[in-house]
Amino acid sequence: MLKEIKILRKHGKQFIPDVTKPVLPFTFKGRPVISLKRVDEQALVSCCPTDAISVESGIQIDMGKCTFCGECMFRFPDKIKFVNDYKTATNKREDLIIQVGEDKPLKIDQSLIRKEIKSLFGRSLRLREISAGGDNSSELELNATVNPNFDMMRFGIDWVASPRHADGIVITGPISKNMAEATQICYDAVPDPKLLILVGTDAISGGIFAGSPALDRSFLDGKHIDLFVPGNPVHPLTFINGILTLTRKIKSQ
Amino acid sequence: MEKLLETKNNLPVRISDIPVVPYSKFFEVITFLLRSQDFHILTYLAYPTSEGLKFICAIADDQNKSISIISHLIPAGSPLKVYSMMPKYDVFHSFEREIHEKYGVEFADNHFLKPIRFSHDMKIQGMDKITDYPFYKIETDELHEIGVGPIHAGIIEPGHFRFLCNGEKVLHLEVQLGWQHRGIETLFLEKKKLIQRATLAEQIAGDSAVGHALAYSQAIESLAGLKIREKLNYERVIALEIERIGMHIFDLSNLCTGAAYQLGNAALGVLRTPTINFLQTWCGNRFAKGLIRPGGTNYPFTRDLQEKLLSYLDDLEERYTVIADKMLNLSDIILRFQQIGTLTRKQVYMIGAVGTTAKMAGLKRDTRWSHPFAGYHEIHHDPVVFDTGDIYARIQVRHYEILQSIKYLRRITEIMNYQNSVPAPIKDEEIRLAKNCMTISVTEGWRGEIVHSAITDDEGNISYYKIKDPSQHNWWALALSLRNLEISDFPINNKSYNLSYCGHDL
Repeated sequence: MLKEIKILRKHGKQFIPDVTKPVLPFTFKGRPVISLKRVDEQALVSCCPTDAISVESGIQIDMGKCTFCGECMFRFPDKIKFVNDYKTATNKREDLIIQVGEDKPLKIDQSLIRKEIKSLFGRSLRLREISAGGDNSSELELNATVNPNFDMMRFGIDWVASPRHADGIVITGPISKNMAEATQICYDAVPDPKLLILVGTDAISGGIFAGSPALDRSFLDGKHIDLFVPGNPVHPLTFINGILTLTRKIKSQ
Repeated sequence: MEKLLETKNNLPVRISDIPVVPYSKFFEVITFLLRSQDFHILTYLAYPTSEGLKFICAIADDQNKSISIISHLIPAGSPLKVYSMMPKYDVFHSFEREIHEKYGVEFADNHFLKPIRFSHDMKIQGMDKITDYPFYKIETDELHEIGVGPIHAGIIEPGHFRFLCNGEKVLHLEVQLGWQHRGIETLFLEKKKLIQRATLAEQIAGDSAVGHALAYSQAIESLAGLKIREKLNYERVIALEIERIGMHIFDLSNLCTGAAYQLGNAALGVLRTPTINFLQTWCGNRFAKGLIRPGGTNYPFTRDLQEKLLSYLDDLEERYTVIADKMLNLSDIILRFQQIGTLTRKQVYMIGAVGTTAKMAGLKRDTRWSHPFAGYHEIHHDPVVFDTGDIYARIQVRHYEILQSIKYLRRITEIMNYQNSVPAPIKDEEIRLAKNCMTISVTEGWRGEIVHSAITDDEGNISYYKIKDPSQHNWWALALSLRNLEISDFPINNKSYNLSYCGHDL
């Protein structure tokens, strides 16, 4: 018994009191910021492993395709930097595309959130996760959301085993051909109304696997996505802040 | 005895130097070597050449710290049929299934020639979907089958387990994988930039990002003839050992959950956080994605990081030893984990188990000791080996490896010269790979040995790339462990191995 008390005392309080407040180390690559400096645009575009960088009216980076490897930042340090902002979840796919000169936090558009989401899931939310070709890093981070440090369960949000008990589906991984049918069956088994959340670059765009003959992303065709959570893997705080803003509790991230 | 080509970890050989022998000789030489437990198969692959389908087998000699390579050719136009090596050594089972799936080669006497991962370019006829998989069956009214998966209860990767049971007792477990197949080996050839391949390597198994990225980087470095500076080699050891500590602690925490030991689960669970947060401080990613790159790194290990690492290690050691000591001596844990899921040394040897799965049953397989790479030459690693082969042994191996890793990390920070600089990663235009060569790159991830083999063509481009995750063999240890156990023992057995689905499925 004394030993148990000793263990507990040694650990002290482990939970993060306010999940909207922590500051991550400056090395954390959360959100890209593109300066107005002139560089060799062709070289910048081609250094990206996943074609996340493109030129429209200026250089832009698609966080839904970015694997956060930082290659562009190291090759063009005056042009690209990544800030340690982890509140990067959004419900508009086009908002993940960061334009040149833009340095503002990502928003969750309240007008796009279906009415029933707040009224039904505002107090209690149960999610079912599907790993469809995920590499086990985003999966481990989603597990970490309910560990004693991040403790998402205090907000009434938890993971469940059965899709019948779930209010929504969270997908990680680029959706392999072999998992396409199982993903559809699991999604169909969740009662309406339901949330659909894509977690991680692989799920949002396929990431480095985009275009692979072993994928089948047709499940996503025509589906309304309630939340995009970028990252490789997604940081637990990114997920928690995103889901809290989507369902209530905090007004904006 | 036929002369084999001898090489070492990360020492490229010319393809033309690898002896090509008739299959009977190939069979005889390999099976002869494997009679000694000092030898094991690193990789056995087949790839198409202009002359036909070439089989290459690499056998590791753990005592001699060398790798022997031998090959066999089925000329173009000849029937793709040879006899199987599986009846002699079970380790060939997964390799032969792989070659069968990829090229349609028939292995006579291999009665388990089923698709291994339902890859997108599968050459097996008559099976369209992964759900067409032919499970082993026994036709009787007395037994029943239980199917679990692909989607499991927790937040884990997909795989299907089919139990053949007599009441509560499991007679046979068949693990069907492939659900996670993303076509990585195909993409490795299609995507030619170094950064693309490094990103792919980190995604093979995200929980072993350092292990796989290091195996890839060393394969490229050896083919390009790059000399790696001492400091960078030490930095790589630091990254790999922190990854090991983080995942071993995670496994111990999970096993506590399996035995309903809440304090252990919580206390060990929180200890993983500062471990991977150290990686985040170092390189901005909790899984160290982006840290390991061919030729150099974007994140040199500084004096400031050394101080942070040492204070983290002190804190970890203090908190970890108390809970580990409590857990390892708790009667509930001992009763639940001892003599459950026991494998013998012979069994793990036959299936070619590596890493923790081999070490828990008395088989010394650890490439940090037998085929040192990066900075491990300086460490003189002595593998942790237990011989009871049960879940408790798997816990003990992890526990002592955590303590060992803490010791190694302290030693590395002592001998590292912080004045020395570390180069930035090499760029595509700065290197040329050796032509018509093969290199075998082995690293020891936390699950066991990770083997990447690369073959170049006559222009110095990579024409074939083969990845072998430790889980490719170790999954069969889980299947064997379950025999004659109660089905309720499955979750703790599964957690005690914590094998990779995506690493296997590629």
